[in-house]
Amino acid sequence: MTGAGVLEVVRPGALTTVQDLGRVGLAHLGVPRSGALDAPAHRLANRLVGNPAGAATLETTVTGCAVRPDRAVAVAVTGAPCPVRIDGRPAPWGAAVRVPGGAVLEVGAARAGVRSYLAVAGGVAVEPVLGSRSTDLLSGLGPAPLSAGTPLPVGPASGPAPWALPGTAAAAPGPPTGELVLPLVLGPRDDWFTGAALRTLARAAYRVSAESNRVGLRTEGPSPERARGGELPSEGMVTGAVQVPPGGGPVVFLADHPTTGGYPVVGVVPGEALAAAAQAVPGLPVRFVPLRR
Amino acid sequence: MRVLPVGRRALLVEVESTGRAQALHAELVRLREAGELPEVEEIVPAAVTVLLDGLEDPRALAERLRGWDVPAAVPAGSAAVVLPVRYDGPDLAEVAALWGVDEEEVAAVHSRTEFRVAFCGFAPGFGYLTGLPEELGVPRRAVPRTAVPPGSVGLAGPYTGVYPRTSPGGWQLIGRTDAVLWDVSREPAALLAPGTRVRFEAVP
Repeated sequence: MTGAGVLEVVRPGALTTVQDLGRVGLAHLGVPRSGALDAPAHRLANRLVGNPAGAATLETTVTGCAVRPDRAVAVAVTGAPCPVRIDGRPAPWGAAVRVPGGAVLEVGAARAGVRSYLAVAGGVAVEPVLGSRSTDLLSGLGPAPLSAGTPLPVGPASGPAPWALPGTAAAAPGPPTGELVLPLVLGPRDDWFTGAALRTLARAAYRVSAESNRVGLRTEGPSPERARGGELPSEGMVTGAVQVPPGGGPVVFLADHPTTGGYPVVGVVPGEALAAAAQAVPGLPVRFVPLRR
Repeated sequence: MRVLPVGRRALLVEVESTGRAQALHAELVRLREAGELPEVEEIVPAAVTVLLDGLEDPRALAERLRGWDVPAAVPAGSAAVVLPVRYDGPDLAEVAALWGVDEEEVAAVHSRTEFRVAFCGFAPGFGYLTGLPEELGVPRRAVPRTAVPPGSVGLAGPYTGVYPRTSPGGWQLIGRTDAVLWDVSREPAALLAPGTRVRFEAVP
């Protein structure tokens, strides 16, 4: 592969990973989908710099990151709003920005939300593993999380010069504030729970747990009561599946979730609501809105 | 056969037994390869279910599936993968006691059993192999190990499995193979996939 440049990691932040749209079609081998947790923000960042949606971006966690390109590149930061600086000078968030070669691009700590996305024109061009550049933290596929000094190859820019693209203002809905509302399409195992449990799920004051990660959004709150005992034989899991482990709040499966599992899935959060889940900060109240199919 | 909606883009098809789930999975894969299945991103077999994820119109497919007669038997498929095993695992004596036989007999029974990968999960390349008779099922260890070495051959419930890499695990370990179960630089990366037939061969 002929690289078009390199980003040097100056500050990796708490957890910064390479993400694209993930590995499709391998769940039957036990390979999670992975990919950007806030997919709309990832797509927007790519669009702003003229990349295809599947180009790899950097996904930060709360504290941002800093990189130094070895030549001038166009970048865009989306997702969790944060200060953006180039060699210390403020630059716009949610828009294509030119970073001179050798300058430090600082993606600051999130002002709201959890995960910011840094796209660079040409995409982060680490070697794909099984068709994707995504870091899968559950099964350890893809590149390791960023560490200081790591050089990240950048691909050749394919699209038009980003400044020529119209509409650079980020129009994403932004991280949830006040409350995370998650629609919940009931099933396939809602019959494992009592009617009271489903009311608990709809009314209880759940909160986002600090234990949340790329595998799942964990919640703190009452555990909805099961209508039946025993164990469910392992079955296939979808992204957005809400599992109810005994003695804990519901867990919403995110991109790095295991492909099979044995806790009954009471319902599924539709894909379009998962970007908000990816941006929900610990402590935020969570309200499930059960929907009959 | 029950067809359960899963969210707005997936279906879970539930059948009576693991054998039926294997047959259903084989049939769905055959239909997809023949271009007779609507576009689907994932077909994931498990113990008694097959998940179809990434469907444009799950309702339409659910209607079609409800009228289905799934073949009872799995097609024979290609030749078995043979895994050489040293039957010297740390739980061999425990399994022998549970089965009421001596350690040599555990190896003999295990290595003459025809296994099939029912499904994968837990880690990439980890297959849940069926084939042992029901009465030889063993419980998981009360205290899981924090690090099981790669290639370890274990038993849990009705299943046999081989750890593709070092990971925590609670299966009863009866032996070890040098076979590489999972290698992303290899095509295919997974030595075992759902439907693969497997035999273990005792080696000194």
